[in-house]
Amino acid sequence: MSAPAAPVAGGRWLRLRALTQKEFRQLWRDRSNWASGIVLPALLIVLFGYGISLDITNAPIAVVREDRSATVADVLAGLQLSPYLHPRFVATMREAEALMASRSVDGIVRVPSDFSADLAAGHATVQVIVHGSDAGTARTVQGYIAGALGQWSAHNADRAARATSGGESAVFGSVTLQERLWFNAANSSTWYLVPGLVVIIMTFVGAFLTSLVVAREWERGTLEALFVTPVRPVEILLAKLIPYFVVGMIGLAMCILAARFLFGVPIVGSLILLLLGSCLYMLVALGMGLLISSATKNQFLASQAAVLLSFLPAVLLSGFLFDLHNVPVLVRIIGEALPATHFLELTKTLMLAGNVWPLVLRESAILIGYAVLLLGAATLLTRKRIA
Amino acid sequence: MVEFLYRVLAMIRKEFRLTLKDPSSRVILFAPVLLQSVLFGYAATYDLVNVPYAVLDESRSPTSVALLSQLDSTGVFHRVANLSRSEQIAQIINPETALLVVRIGPRFEPALFAGEDAPIQLALDARNSTTAGSAADYVASVVDSFNADQRQAHGGMAPALRIEPRAWFNPNLETRWNMMPAMVAELSLLQTLLLASLTVAREREQGTFDQTLVTPLTPLEIMIGKALPPMLIGLVQSTIVLGVTRFWFQVPFAGSFYLLYAGVMLFVLAGVGVGLSISALAANMQQAMQYTFFLLMPMTLLSGLLTPIRTMPQVLRVATMANPLRFGVDWVRRVYLEGAGLSIVGPDLIPLAIIAAVTLPTAAWLFRNRLA
Repeated sequence: MSAPAAPVAGGRWLRLRALTQKEFRQLWRDRSNWASGIVLPALLIVLFGYGISLDITNAPIAVVREDRSATVADVLAGLQLSPYLHPRFVATMREAEALMASRSVDGIVRVPSDFSADLAAGHATVQVIVHGSDAGTARTVQGYIAGALGQWSAHNADRAARATSGGESAVFGSVTLQERLWFNAANSSTWYLVPGLVVIIMTFVGAFLTSLVVAREWERGTLEALFVTPVRPVEILLAKLIPYFVVGMIGLAMCILAARFLFGVPIVGSLILLLLGSCLYMLVALGMGLLISSATKNQFLASQAAVLLSFLPAVLLSGFLFDLHNVPVLVRIIGEALPATHFLELTKTLMLAGNVWPLVLRESAILIGYAVLLLGAATLLTRKRIA
Repeated sequence: MVEFLYRVLAMIRKEFRLTLKDPSSRVILFAPVLLQSVLFGYAATYDLVNVPYAVLDESRSPTSVALLSQLDSTGVFHRVANLSRSEQIAQIINPETALLVVRIGPRFEPALFAGEDAPIQLALDARNSTTAGSAADYVASVVDSFNADQRQAHGGMAPALRIEPRAWFNPNLETRWNMMPAMVAELSLLQTLLLASLTVAREREQGTFDQTLVTPLTPLEIMIGKALPPMLIGLVQSTIVLGVTRFWFQVPFAGSFYLLYAGVMLFVLAGVGVGLSISALAANMQQAMQYTFFLLMPMTLLSGLLTPIRTMPQVLRVATMANPLRFGVDWVRRVYLEGAGLSIVGPDLIPLAIIAAVTLPTAAWLFRNRLA
């Protein structure tokens, strides 16, 4: 701990520089910092980009044809044409159920033996069974199957109508849908997971790592030891925060580069705005980490509090994975109260949609508010703790 | 033997006292789990509940109004605006006021009456492409039923083919039903891993571990003493999340409690083994916590908790075989939700047992040998 002792004029910058250098060295020397500051973000980028996906293609389904007529083949043709489904024909329902129980297929389509007869009478039924252990996949697969079978149904109705009206066109047309996905031309979940990753990495470095480091100093009493030197408390805290700020920014740079060059996510909005917004959020996260450490003054409590108050909510309540539109009002209010939610909104919009000024200004204002509030509270609390 | 038990018990008592002596750690170990499981139970859902949407109806015909009112009556789609010009579409989607805009062209009704296809445009905000996809599917199903009704009303045939949907184990396909049992494993692993990784690291940092090593306790006894408290705390936490799942969210419990706990115990043991190995390797608490998270985050992503294992690439699917959380999540989900018996979920126990059998002796060995 070699803080320059002489309080000369302009010494503030000198002191700050010396202290920051010391903190950088400390950070640099510990291999665990490398692991969580650089290797972990890189690992997460790879996992998010290549490992996890919420898109379902080629879902395996079992098809049981208890009725072997030509009509059934016609009905089922839609399943084979669908790019989302991978049908597999099995002989008996028992066999299909065994496949589903072992999770080899995601769904069963069963055409009962009296299907053709019922169809002639105008009321045939196809059974579609999905596995509810993964409701999201199940719902999607159900939708794909219904879509594939529905096509036949509509064509059949048209044909029948044409037949009754003597070869003329159908009596009544059908409404068809033309979907256009804005801001995600590839329709890939990676595009919205990557901005979320930025939020997670910055929260981890800013709030979690910082709270640990500073709590450790409190626990060991080394912070108090520094406070009796001529160095001012604000300088000490700043020197502690700057290296973590830099580590957070390295994480951000890795995410942006990976997004752009590995995953082909277009960065539609301004890169400068994205960087500025990230700096703001980094300040918010650092403030949170500092506040937690000053409040707990204990590594164990600080780690628990950081996980529970900053990290887990940033993953689960920010809208990163689970859209806040779908949650009850109370939970939504809690989610909206989190700075992570607003930063996520900002990064997602800047990366995918562009500079939507009303949204950018609103979210930035909220982040500035949080930064001032949290950093102010942390400074106050630290001062009080010294006194 | 009696002495062995006596020494182990003394060690366990000491560890428990150390963990629970501080009132704030007592609170932080149990209260947040309760709160979080309730909160996350509500938050962790992919089910569409509320989709704000806007309409640009250039047709303004009885048919278009009928179609839109069917959309409104779903209870999911809430109309936030009626637009009059196409430029307004961007203005309402960009700031996220509406998630989707339905645009119906002027030739909508004439086309339908002429027996032609009448396309309507759906512009979706895909900043979250999963939500956008579900919303599009939902609109498509509304349009399908609208088409069928209209056809029938205009002298056409009733749809000849009816789809009878059914779902195993989760009749309404609620995400919560499979998220909550998985949370039992996730939240308890988070805690046991963190607690176990801190035990030895804390003593190392404070210099008391050398003292423990010179006591008559053997490494095995030290290990049992260090392993049991985090295991028990992890089990209590699992029980809390289970209670919330069963009694607050009323997710029906289909399996056997004994079987469930047998698997959870082995799962927690494997977690403690990993935690203690981290602890033995780390020089201090800070490192222990960093390494814990270094493992925990990939473990969570590769557990099947959030996305199905099958959609992962081959390499990562192989990597999940070393992930205790994968088997913990699978175990709790299948026993709880599917009521699976030992013959079906039994294979999950093998990797968990292997992980425990590798990590625990490694940790015990490291306790002694890392000192040098």
